[in-house]
Amino acid sequence: MKIREDSATKWFRLLAYTVVLAGSIACILPFVLILSASFTSNESILQEGYGLIPPKFSLEGYEIIFRIPGDVLRAYGVTTFTTIVGTTIGLLLMTMAGYVLQRKDFKYRNLFSFLIYFTTLFGGGLVPYYMLITNYMKFTDTMYALIWPSLMSPFLIILMRSFINSAIPDEVIESAKIDGANDFTIYYRVVLPLAIPGLATVGLFLALHYWNDWFSSALFINDAAKYQLQFYLYNIINTSMFLNSIGAGAGVVLSEGVPSESMKMAMAIVVTGPILLLYPFIQRYFVKGLTIGAVKG
Amino acid sequence: MLRTKGVIRELYRNRILLLMLLPTLLYFLINNYLPMIGIYYAFVQFDFNFNLFKMDFVGLQNFEFLWKSGKLMELTLNTIGYNIAFLVLVNVLSITVAVLLSEIRGKWFKKVTQSVLFLPYFVSFVILSVIVFNLFNYEQGVLNTVLQQFGAEPVDVYSKPKLWILFIILFYLWKNFGYSMVIYLAAITGISEEYYEAAKIDGANIFQRSWHITVPMLKTTFVILLLFALGSIMKGQFDLFYQMVGNNGLLYSTTDILDTYVYRSMRVTFDMGMATAAGVYQSIFGFTLIMIVNAVIRRINKDYALF
Repeated sequence: MKIREDSATKWFRLLAYTVVLAGSIACILPFVLILSASFTSNESILQEGYGLIPPKFSLEGYEIIFRIPGDVLRAYGVTTFTTIVGTTIGLLLMTMAGYVLQRKDFKYRNLFSFLIYFTTLFGGGLVPYYMLITNYMKFTDTMYALIWPSLMSPFLIILMRSFINSAIPDEVIESAKIDGANDFTIYYRVVLPLAIPGLATVGLFLALHYWNDWFSSALFINDAAKYQLQFYLYNIINTSMFLNSIGAGAGVVLSEGVPSESMKMAMAIVVTGPILLLYPFIQRYFVKGLTIGAVKG
Repeated sequence: MLRTKGVIRELYRNRILLLMLLPTLLYFLINNYLPMIGIYYAFVQFDFNFNLFKMDFVGLQNFEFLWKSGKLMELTLNTIGYNIAFLVLVNVLSITVAVLLSEIRGKWFKKVTQSVLFLPYFVSFVILSVIVFNLFNYEQGVLNTVLQQFGAEPVDVYSKPKLWILFIILFYLWKNFGYSMVIYLAAITGISEEYYEAAKIDGANIFQRSWHITVPMLKTTFVILLLFALGSIMKGQFDLFYQMVGNNGLLYSTTDILDTYVYRSMRVTFDMGMATAAGVYQSIFGFTLIMIVNAVIRRINKDYALF
């Protein structure tokens, strides 16, 4: 039976389409801006400023990057490495933790959950943390300094716990137990295969965090060969802003060391690329994977 | 004695589960609990021999310097003010859009817009700074290019601190609302159709159904998001502020938050003592605030308490 649409529904839909469309445009415009600038010649940016459509198409920005690709590729390597290693280890540990923390027969689950959550309420602050990493763990200028700080987050653990809790009925775990499976086997054989949307979501968030991290480099890395991609970009932008502000700008933009406007924009696109390519593949899991505080019907 | 024995027996019975949780517990112990000892740095005269317990104890001197710098009030107000604005606006906006989006029937339209709205969350803060620079830069920025096309005078945005309150809030919304919107959308998909059917039979129109069924059903999700947001009410979005404003002193009056101040004290002026003191102030003030809020909520309605 098809229910006839009343006028309230029509108005509601109209409102929905308008708001959602307007929001989408606002979300996408800044990307168009960068993309357009990356395909504009530097000269034209300096003369006419940034715009939504490149006045004259040019690959100049990209050419400059790939003329001497050594540094960019190295930064790519560092970021790719930390993203893959960090995401794999972090995801594995957080999934196990999430599974354990939702097991109703694990008596101290609430205590442990609180101990993990508590770290978002209270902490030592930046200086003691800096001291821990540099002075006590001796992580300065190593990959550990880039991987360790973001390995796990309370929020992602709770997200995982919430997801496993709502996606996998207790009865399934219960019956596996009766069949004689131990807790780890249940996790490995029963929970993991059913938790794919949760794994995809948490995994992507973690990967995203590693991919976009610049702060770890800023704090713990002095050796330029170990800069993360984002920090590398950050340095390019800041150098050029600094040079512009002392007046060495326009005239020498193409000479070595001073990045041009179009090159900065091309760099922004090159840096963002991979994570955006990954996005469409994982995006379909989100609505299932991002279940917090399961709503029961 | 008997109690401890019980605990140990219980843990031994679940030793595999405990073993699976152990790496995570160890991680948080080292990464988050150990630095709490470092709060002691706030009470010593920092020196770069790095041995915490060989530094001279100076009591509250570092806090005194911090207080005398006269910035504490401004920093606190900025930090809390922005966080409250973020919290309220992001939730209102993302709940509204999630409810609207959930009622849209066009599958293709729904899918595409949902992805697009979530997209800004995937951009790094460094890229955000590029976007901000693109828009507001005095010579080539979009804003001034457009203004000049209409014959108006260009604006030097970087010398107008008040404008940045708006910009920071707008960019925060831009970046984050899609994320919480999808979380709410996930919760909406979990609501049983039966409620809507029943309401339809009772003659409720779509506005009434959204307002009286969907929105109240999002409460659990909202409370959990609130819990995490409140937990960090005294922690600003360091990345956002630092990348948008950088070290532009002209804008500090409206854009400096505790996190950026601590970072600068540590990395730029090397004032470790004061930086730790500010961090400790931030932690303790924030923690007290949360405890008070929690106690108040607990008195009003136990079910809504955070913990």
